[in-house]
Amino acid sequence: MPVNGPPVVKPRPVYLNLVRIRLPLPGLVSILHRVSGVALFLVGIPLLLFAVQTSLESADAYADLKAIFAHPLCKLVVVGLLWAYLHHFFAGIRFLLLDLHVGDDLKPARQSSVVVLAASLAMTLIIVVRLW
Amino acid sequence: MTRPLRQTIGAHYGWKDWLVQRVTAVIMVLYTLAMLGVALYNGGIDYPLWQALFANGAFRIVTLLFGLALFWHAWVGVRDIWMDYVKPTALRLALEVVTFVVLVAYAAWLAQILWTARPA
Repeated sequence: MPVNGPPVVKPRPVYLNLVRIRLPLPGLVSILHRVSGVALFLVGIPLLLFAVQTSLESADAYADLKAIFAHPLCKLVVVGLLWAYLHHFFAGIRFLLLDLHVGDDLKPARQSSVVVLAASLAMTLIIVVRLW
Repeated sequence: MTRPLRQTIGAHYGWKDWLVQRVTAVIMVLYTLAMLGVALYNGGIDYPLWQALFANGAFRIVTLLFGLALFWHAWVGVRDIWMDYVKPTALRLALEVVTFVVLVAYAAWLAQILWTARPA
């Protein structure tokens, strides 16, 4: 550090470039909670309402709906939404626990974010394998 | 006698929304676990069971409660996103109004689905 002379003004390191930001795991869980919430709002809710409405119309409509959801492209959307729901679910429970000061130290908070990421992926996989 | 200082800014809904977000979350967790329990207990859900569930008055009401929790939760969450990222007031207000109207329409749609008369 120079003792004399004019103060050195260094520009603050501001990395707003999303690719350059190294997000810690709890931060990843947090932003994915937001992203999954948006997906559930934009696609999940209307699709769920449509599916429930159609499924209750008749046994034929129920079977038709099943056939539509068997289409690979539809499956992809459903798997994505399933993950979104599960991630939002587990991350939300983690946030509720953090509110109660359960595991809000740095180390357990990191560990629980790994658990959330892993559990939502694992549950998605299990349900997908079981259903199809 | 001293009176508490009046907060002259803000709409004071911060703490309320914070609580709403958590209460609605817990309601949805319980409903999700209950539905999972129904599916596991019956070894999956087929059309007759699905039909019977929605023919049950109590199930309809509980499902409506879940839906209202979901839509209220979505309102708080999506509005938070608009507030975080959309700075122009007019655009933000427009997006909030659209979000609100859509969610109220969803609630009406769900009620309609639940209480539409269907052949048994």
